[in-house]
Amino acid sequence: MLAALIGPALVLLTGLAAPTGIGLTNNFMSFARAMAFAQHPLGKLILFGVILLFIWHGAERIYLTLRDMHAGAKFPLMWICYGTAGVLTLITMGALATIGF
Amino acid sequence: MSRSRPYIRPVETLWWARPPYLAYTLREATGVAVLGYALVLLAGVVSLANGERAYNVWLDFLKSPWSLSLHVLFLIGMIAHTWTWFRILPKTMPRLVIGRRVLPQIRVTAAGVAVAAASFIFIVLVAVWTQP
Repeated sequence: MLAALIGPALVLLTGLAAPTGIGLTNNFMSFARAMAFAQHPLGKLILFGVILLFIWHGAERIYLTLRDMHAGAKFPLMWICYGTAGVLTLITMGALATIGF
Repeated sequence: MSRSRPYIRPVETLWWARPPYLAYTLREATGVAVLGYALVLLAGVVSLANGERAYNVWLDFLKSPWSLSLHVLFLIGMIAHTWTWFRILPKTMPRLVIGRRVLPQIRVTAAGVAVAAASFIFIVLVAVWTQP
């Protein structure tokens, strides 16, 4: 549900408007602003929530679609899809912890 | 059909690539756009943790034509994701009954899409208001 509600806006802002400078100023995502956002507890929570929920939602969709296509047995496919999501979760937590407060 | 030899109907291997199932496959494929965008954000967070030089490399990648076309695809995928999400939502819920009348499923979809549109506008406005 989160992806449905905030997904399009985030892609538009961070992927199209901020890099090209159309609609937003060019230093919208500068290092200083990004660091200030990521070091704030609320900013960290937002980054954590958005990245993780999108990763797990995408992993679930991919797993269920591959199962429907009879691409593999249940448990190997589960390990591949959700295992990858788990590894990405650990990377996210590590990166956010490194950014610190 | 008997117990010793059950009938298993043959299933074509590429059933998911043929209409009408292709629509289902494309709908589920919007999940790849969600995951792909999350990976771009993850790359950004990891580069942020690695310092200013690495983060600027990520910013320069975002400005490249590859990244811009990828994000256009992500945007199309996300919008399709939202639309199909709210199309599915009333089908998985119990039928809503108001008084004595059943609420049509398209009304639930329209309400969901309206909330998504309002949330989109809200986020864009917050970004424009908080820009330097």
